[in-house]
Amino acid sequence: MKWALLAVATIGALVASVALGPAAVPLGDLFRSDIVWNLRAPRALLAFLVGGSLGVAGASLQALVRNPLADPFLLGLSGGAGLGAVLAIALHISGPWALPIAAFVGALAALGLVYRMGLIGGAALDPRILLLGGVAVGAFAAAITTAIVSLADAAELRNAFLWLWGGLSGASWDSVLLVALYAPIPLIVLFAASRPLDLLALGEEPAGYLGADVAGVKRRVYLAASLLTAAAVAVSGVIGFVGLVVPHIARLAWGHHHRALLPAAFLGGGALLAIADTVARTVVAPRELPVGVVTALIGVPVFTLLLRRWTVP
Amino acid sequence: MSALLELAGVRYRYPGATRDAVAGVSLSVAARQFHAVLGPNGSGKTTLVRIALGALSPLEGRAVIDGQPAAGWARRALARIVGVVPQREDNLFPQRVRETVLLGRYAHLSLWGRERPEDHAAVDRALAACDIAQLGDRWVWSLSGGEYQRVRVARALAQEPRLLVLDEPGMSLDLKHEMGLFELVRALVDSQGLAVLMITHDLNLAARFADSLLLLNDGRPVASGPPAGVLTQEIVETVFSWPVAMQTIDGRPQMVPLRQPKESPV
Repeated sequence: MKWALLAVATIGALVASVALGPAAVPLGDLFRSDIVWNLRAPRALLAFLVGGSLGVAGASLQALVRNPLADPFLLGLSGGAGLGAVLAIALHISGPWALPIAAFVGALAALGLVYRMGLIGGAALDPRILLLGGVAVGAFAAAITTAIVSLADAAELRNAFLWLWGGLSGASWDSVLLVALYAPIPLIVLFAASRPLDLLALGEEPAGYLGADVAGVKRRVYLAASLLTAAAVAVSGVIGFVGLVVPHIARLAWGHHHRALLPAAFLGGGALLAIADTVARTVVAPRELPVGVVTALIGVPVFTLLLRRWTVP
Repeated sequence: MSALLELAGVRYRYPGATRDAVAGVSLSVAARQFHAVLGPNGSGKTTLVRIALGALSPLEGRAVIDGQPAAGWARRALARIVGVVPQREDNLFPQRVRETVLLGRYAHLSLWGRERPEDHAAVDRALAACDIAQLGDRWVWSLSGGEYQRVRVARALAQEPRLLVLDEPGMSLDLKHEMGLFELVRALVDSQGLAVLMITHDLNLAARFADSLLLLNDGRPVASGPPAGVLTQEIVETVFSWPVAMQTIDGRPQMVPLRQPKESPV
């Protein structure tokens, strides 16, 4: 029943994001329209893939760092990606893929740095150090980013600022194809870790005694979730709250077992971002809001409600 | 009878430490035996169990489980032979009793497979053995301390192990639940032929229920064997630095700590 509802919501979100937009396209012409075929359809699919990836990355990272308030961007990736992108803008590196590649490289650099910090406690990745290291690396990258932005001229600054808040206006069939080929690999790794993630909720030592290869699971989950987030941030900028709020909503309906939770977080995250992006490009048409603004405007109130639930038993 | 768990002269020192956490300890646990490891705080009990479970590799000596070096076991394969009830665990997300006991089946499940009827049957048997079948649908957080300990034992039993290891299972339980837990463990040893290794602070309960005791002090074995030979007044007073009187109940030694005379403060 809840899966049927989720399927309907997902399809509804995709249909809505293809059918709605600033340019009025008669419903009858939907499949013949260039706007639909070349702009809205790839954009809807990209939003879906990115949202789904963020949902899964968030759900698995929350289990990994054993903190229900973790967000995929908490681990420093957004800072690294932002720095990469702003550097590319400031250095006038151009080309259709310059920004995504720069952001991806920045995210990978942050990932590597945080991962290395996580190993400080020994061979077993320490989730607490991952969290603290992520915050530290993120803050450091943000400081450099701000320094660069403060030296840039106004137009560049606006570009960089808008990019940091996320947007899917760069969507094309190429970017959809790229994400559709890339994302399944980390997604499969995360889905395969579902049961060990259930065990990790008991603590690392108990999980090991129940048969989980704890060190291996932590490494795989951290790397897969981070690579997924890095790809998302490369094609769409920093879109907050999807990876934080969607797993919680999914947990309310599907419980905490990751075999059900991760697929639900994927579909839910995809549907949410497709809708948020539709809102972002229609409410102030012909201009556009960064989609991260919309997800934050939806996400923060929901998050506040969830926080109440979490602290008031 | 060949031992399921065999420690022979193990020594371990934590990196950076100036002295050995355990040294020269030997222990052999076979099926249908209940072994208890005793000792003051910091005497190396938990380190010894970590060595026994392969979580730490001894610097000297051997730790062998079912014929293979303990540290060489893959965690999944080991979890099918050894069930552990650790001292602490978290409950990050709300769970029902049945769900948490079902986690004990992880080592028997394939990567993508669902739980099979035999997994649910094993959970039913574990719940019944711990006398908590009626709690299956309860939320874990709503249980009393004694019920929760039984759930944790049931989860270890759902692994269908041959060796059960318990780390301070009686801590913070009241009399009835602590006795109930020891009776349960003893019954599992006698009826299901389990081998049990338990760390405990409680000398008297260990002496009442266990077949064999190992008393550690400063990481060294002080005495081992049947309770009557280990818990003597002289040994207990030396190891715990406190005057005691010894009695015998059901043929087992029982220790009563004495008040210290006022003129000789510690």
